[in-house]
Amino acid sequence: MSKYTPHTEQEIAQMCAKVGVNSLDELYADIPNEIVNPTINIGEGASQFEVYAHIKSLADKNKCYSAVLRGAGIYDHLIPPVVTSLASREEFVTAYTPYQPEISQGILQSIFEYQTQMCMLTGMDVSNASVYDGAVAMAEAIVMCCERKNRAIITGKVNPQYIQVAKTYCYAHEIELIIVQDKDGLVDIDKTTHMIDDQVACVVAQCPNYVGLIEDMASIGQMTSSKGVKFVYVFNPISASILPTPAEVNADVAVGEGQCLGLPMCYGGATLGIMTSTKAMSRRLPGRIVGQTTDNRGNRCFVLTLQAREQHIRREKALSSICSNQAHNALRASIYLNCVGKVGLVQIAQQCIDKSHYLAQQLCKSGGKLKYKGEFFDEFMLEGGINTVERLKEQDILGGLPVDNDTLWCVTEKPTKSVLDCVVEQYKEAK
Amino acid sequence: MSIRFLKTHEWLNGNKVGISNYAQDQLGDIVYVSLPQVGDKVYAGKSFCEVESVKAVSEVNSPVTGTVVAVNEALNDKPEFINSNPYDAWIIEVEIESEGELLSQADYDKLIA
Amino acid sequence: MKLVFEQSVQGRMAITLPASNVPSYTLQCATRKTQADLSEISEIDLVRHYTRLGKQVYGVDNGFYPLGSCTMKYNPRLNEQVVELEGFNNVHPTQCPCETKGTIEVMTNMQQDLCAITGMDYVTLQPAAGAHGEFCGMLLIKKYHQSRGDTLRKKIIVPDSAHGTNPASANMCGFEIVTVSSNKEGGVDIDNLKQIVGPDTAGLMLTNPNTLGLFDKNILSITRIIHDAGGLCYYDGANLNAIMGMCRPGDMGFDCVHLNIHKTFSAPHGGGGPGSGPVGCKQMLAKFLPTPIIGKQPTVEYSLGKVKSYCGNFPVILRGYTYIKTLGSSGLKQASQLAVLNANYLRILLQQDYTTAIDRICMHEFVLDVKDYHDNYSTSALDISKTMIDYGMHPPTMYFPLIVHEALMFEPTETESKQTLEEVAEIMHKISIRAKDSQDDLHASPVTTPIGRVDEVKAARQPILKYQPQ
Repeated sequence: MSKYTPHTEQEIAQMCAKVGVNSLDELYADIPNEIVNPTINIGEGASQFEVYAHIKSLADKNKCYSAVLRGAGIYDHLIPPVVTSLASREEFVTAYTPYQPEISQGILQSIFEYQTQMCMLTGMDVSNASVYDGAVAMAEAIVMCCERKNRAIITGKVNPQYIQVAKTYCYAHEIELIIVQDKDGLVDIDKTTHMIDDQVACVVAQCPNYVGLIEDMASIGQMTSSKGVKFVYVFNPISASILPTPAEVNADVAVGEGQCLGLPMCYGGATLGIMTSTKAMSRRLPGRIVGQTTDNRGNRCFVLTLQAREQHIRREKALSSICSNQAHNALRASIYLNCVGKVGLVQIAQQCIDKSHYLAQQLCKSGGKLKYKGEFFDEFMLEGGINTVERLKEQDILGGLPVDNDTLWCVTEKPTKSVLDCVVEQYKEAK
Repeated sequence: MSIRFLKTHEWLNGNKVGISNYAQDQLGDIVYVSLPQVGDKVYAGKSFCEVESVKAVSEVNSPVTGTVVAVNEALNDKPEFINSNPYDAWIIEVEIESEGELLSQADYDKLIA
Repeated sequence: MKLVFEQSVQGRMAITLPASNVPSYTLQCATRKTQADLSEISEIDLVRHYTRLGKQVYGVDNGFYPLGSCTMKYNPRLNEQVVELEGFNNVHPTQCPCETKGTIEVMTNMQQDLCAITGMDYVTLQPAAGAHGEFCGMLLIKKYHQSRGDTLRKKIIVPDSAHGTNPASANMCGFEIVTVSSNKEGGVDIDNLKQIVGPDTAGLMLTNPNTLGLFDKNILSITRIIHDAGGLCYYDGANLNAIMGMCRPGDMGFDCVHLNIHKTFSAPHGGGGPGSGPVGCKQMLAKFLPTPIIGKQPTVEYSLGKVKSYCGNFPVILRGYTYIKTLGSSGLKQASQLAVLNANYLRILLQQDYTTAIDRICMHEFVLDVKDYHDNYSTSALDISKTMIDYGMHPPTMYFPLIVHEALMFEPTETESKQTLEEVAEIMHKISIRAKDSQDDLHASPVTTPIGRVDEVKAARQPILKYQPQ
């Protein structure tokens, strides 16, 4: 067994004596006899070297593909080495929430910069310091909007996991959730409009949507504005560098998943919930928010602010109980955005578009057919293709995600042309 | 009609409602007031808005039952007005239907003494 | 310090993408009106920017961090090594389970270990943080009562000393909060509890040891009172670091529990997250757990659904698993015992100069009440905290629990040495002398930091929440 405690036997004895107990067990006199000292069947510890070998052997049981052509919410983008390196700085890793601004300016400033970047991407006024993931961000956005009304509409092809999480949050908050089916893969604006009554608080739509299509968010935004309901825009931070911003289409809240910004796929476990809103909605935004102010020497500095919204002050009247967030993942995303910069992010988005359209076109030339018409960003639904996905395993390529009898493909900037040509080759052979 | 008070430190002066000097002093620097909307119903002794300081949030109860006819939008930009002039910094104006249990200035002064 | 945007120079870049080698495609739809004005910066400037920021952060690696309720123990380097393993990072969550056996095995083993540690029958790893776990646990309780047609159970009992997340999480699930008062030792006032419980009681949320750092001796009576009234008991695991291997929430009578991997099981807190807040429950709540539960057939019919995408914050779970495998059952028990010893040792040393809110043997943390400094020397808990910064320490948790007005909550954790605790006590002694010296003004502290005390009122009154170019 390894341990991380510095105490020697002699020191333990000295400390016990000072505290006035004869043994460590005596410190626990308050625990009732019936329940003290249970058996914990987890085995004994081991040296760090043995534990590493054990964990490594588990990691080796996973199959990592040399190329990934699958997204559906978790994306395989290039991660510049500097991102991992800087985010690993021990101060960033081992600090708690920046409650003491005098010794936390590094964290506070990095969050302020992150908030600024999220506002730049979305055009929105305010960003929080992150929530658990994109799905929770969407659910929390619905809760934000339900101020005096308690019905929400999710429309079109929204990520099914996001809908599942929204259902849970709406069940909890006793909000009625209405799901409006898509029409040919896109939001059915007419049908959605008809569903709006005086109890509907908001309409939620995703763009690019779950099957990759770019929605007509401007028309949805016009419709929600004219109906006097809030508009929640679920965005993708990479495509946000190119598509009209949520602010440009009158969104009240814009939320998204930030995993694509320099975070590994990690079985969907290293995620980042982005939440931004208009100034008018900012008091209902959950979670931490960092603001700029000055110190007693006149310096510009940063501090956690608008805290009276939060659970530690508002307790049962708080809209959300969030305390810990995904701060370190937000830091990574922020470093990533600084690294790729204004021009690089657009280049990445354009390569996603180029490569995904190249693959789609080549597949169509080889007899393939896309399930939906309409512009897409970097994902598309191919009719059939499941055999191809199977065959690609042997080429060390993770193909599209089977959805019923079709396959949902994603091409980021990462796969090379030869990988895409290999997919086409396998597709032809599978036919 | 002169100014009168709720035990929970709100004042009623004419049709206007605010919080007392004692209340603002207890709260400290006020940073935000969540104003209700014109047309909202308010009920005597029940909360109709919240006042926030940096580290606390406090509910404001209505001295009367009635309908909000005006809100003091100036508090959106200058919530600190409540700290500096608590008796000028009205929060809402109400079309009064009935009053709650109100104290005279003298009785209220005794309460907070 | 300059913001990254203030260092931006048009045309600079820190990344060169591989050539695309495919034809370009132009989207046939509207595009954004203006480009996102992200910074343009070289790689070396980027590195220096974050190096400067890093130097203005205080982490556990920098020194003593007794932030009560947050369990800021040492974050082992081994944990950081294993989370970089390619095998875990490069798997997509929709891959066939036959291709992600390693990840699944980590989660399966972790679930089992946490069951053993807490005395629960099932664990879900999905919740992303402690408060998220509370939300999940409250939903289990809501589902349970609803499934039995017990629709009148609308109230959750929460002590007045509880963490703010407790009432907030219960409220998120539509419960009404009833506050139970604390007795002189910060425990649940049994008489008050008996008055409050009834046919409308859905459950109780409790942390034990409580937020004053004391183990509630009446715990078996408390959970029995709730059960007799038809309610369920929820254990807030924020303070589990005191009792690992010494007793289990399941044996105390709790039906449901959340743990904080980022506190108790040594995962770092990353400046605010990500955390991980697994939820354990007894058999009768199992069918309501979120989906999927690794290694368990999903019961979609009854499940509360999902509280997050996929299976949870895996890197945090992996760190916790690594920690558990390193220490094992005896190691965890010893860690708890030494956490309690350290807290008591520091408490005794500080009692020479300060008053503890309750004068008796504590668990892993204790609360000082510095009301006497406030009243006699106009030195508040805040002033003492800010002065500690000047001596190179992170302050304790201030002004919590709310039932102690000038509270300073110390949690030294087990990874601090006897010498460190003695040095801390010496510094606290110096601060005490300075506080009592009318010539010395602690209101000005800290003075050694890059910035002084901040104007929080200004920040909240005129919020500036993003960079605005001049």
